[in-house]
Amino acid sequence: MSAELKFAKTHEWIRPDDGGAATVGISAYAVEALTDLVFMQLPAVGRRVKAGESIGEIESVKAVSDFYAPVSGEIIEVNAALPAELETLGKDPYGAGWLVRIRPDDPAEMIGLLDAAAYEAVVKSQPH
Amino acid sequence: MADTLLETPLAAWHAAHGGRIVDFAGWQMPVQYASIVEEHLATRQAAGMFDVSHMGRLSVTGPKSLTWLDGLLTRRVSELAVGQVRYTLVTSDEGPTGLTILDDALVARDADAPDGTPRLSLVVNASNRKGVVAWLTGRLPGEGVVLSDQTRKTAMIAVQGPLAVAVVTGLCPADEAGEISALKNYRARSARVAGRPAEVSRTGYTGEDGLELVVAAADALAVWEAILAAGQSQGLRPCGLGSRDTLRLEAGMPLYGHELLADSDPFALGLGFAVNLTHSDGSPRSFPGAEPLRQLQAKPAGTVRVGLVLMGKRAARAGAVVTHPGEPGSVVGGVTSGSYCPTLDAAAAMAIIHHDLATEGTVLDVLIREDACPARVAPLPLYRRPALRT
Repeated sequence: MSAELKFAKTHEWIRPDDGGAATVGISAYAVEALTDLVFMQLPAVGRRVKAGESIGEIESVKAVSDFYAPVSGEIIEVNAALPAELETLGKDPYGAGWLVRIRPDDPAEMIGLLDAAAYEAVVKSQPH
Repeated sequence: MADTLLETPLAAWHAAHGGRIVDFAGWQMPVQYASIVEEHLATRQAAGMFDVSHMGRLSVTGPKSLTWLDGLLTRRVSELAVGQVRYTLVTSDEGPTGLTILDDALVARDADAPDGTPRLSLVVNASNRKGVVAWLTGRLPGEGVVLSDQTRKTAMIAVQGPLAVAVVTGLCPADEAGEISALKNYRARSARVAGRPAEVSRTGYTGEDGLELVVAAADALAVWEAILAAGQSQGLRPCGLGSRDTLRLEAGMPLYGHELLADSDPFALGLGFAVNLTHSDGSPRSFPGAEPLRQLQAKPAGTVRVGLVLMGKRAARAGAVVTHPGEPGSVVGGVTSGSYCPTLDAAAAMAIIHHDLATEGTVLDVLIREDACPARVAPLPLYRRPALRT
């Protein structure tokens, strides 16, 4: 887990890149908790989203879960190969298993998110 | 008290072996140990073992027990031979139509007591146990029948899959092993399994061959561990309720609260076989709700229970609306259960739809989160086990 990652309480991670955009995925903890992934729906490129808004769904055998935009901005790219290779999420959740790239309206919004240690504390406080 | 979750005698084992514990009908039950898909496929290919101790187990004994239950259940109970098991509905004559389905259940005639008194057992759903016990208790005669709820004193272990019978009989004395191997479907007998007394029935809820064992609560762990030790090297796995649900969905088996509801028409659900409206001599039977059931049987059902196989990977869940693609917005039915189905490697569902659209291959739309997702009508069961295995 890289130190530059920030996390939302809803288990998404976000990592700013050099060009002012950011990559978003879901945490290893969330992938492990879901298990048996069967379907994923990603948002449309170009969609404008608000922090906390559902931007897609991920379905396991047992249930459907939403995933949420950690910051407000525009979806500029999606990992279009991922829905056909959901096992990538389990193998490399912080790399090849990325979901979308967002151009944040306000990069400072990321400062308010959890760092890795704070996210880990959130995870540990949840029943597993 | 209402908030206290019940635990089965195997609860500590589940927690110690990675079981993900959920609240199911008031019980703390493992939904899975690792992967639902792997547990499902292990049951289809080798064997799965399930703690189903949350199911309600009632015993009915006494000289009048056969005729009393015959007057209450939809099946002819009084003609049951010792060792015979039947699927039945438990109905009351309450409600606006004079028919309320309280539960579906298995009724078995156990071996008579040494003095010849008949003994019966009922296995009911965990969610309906208290309601069924209250209903039956209210109808007990002054004498001649003793009803007792054995659920907390016993445990129930289902061993299902092509290797299930061989694994369990390997733990029985040789003579009893032969008798259990020879049990027909829906037959039961008592035996010693891993040295402990057990009621063993050739029943299940997965679509596979297999056995269900009822043992004393104090013996549950020893029997469970013996079965696992005997079968593990051949691919037997402990399985949670998650795979039990996907297995029964593929097998087209109804679940109370999903396919079967208090006001369901059992004939539309394909459960007419469980409703005996006459005695074997053709004379009418009498039980609570019999008259409304006679009327339902006489008129053609407008709806029917079918399978749906989705064309995409997205699963249709219970409650999803089914529409006709030619007439957007026209509701023609509803999904009662749905999931990704591992053996089919497809999303599939059971649904209750208009009779006219139930032809195999008809393409309908299921609304999943506002998207119309095409699905093909398929006959039930969606999965049928190979007739013979070598």
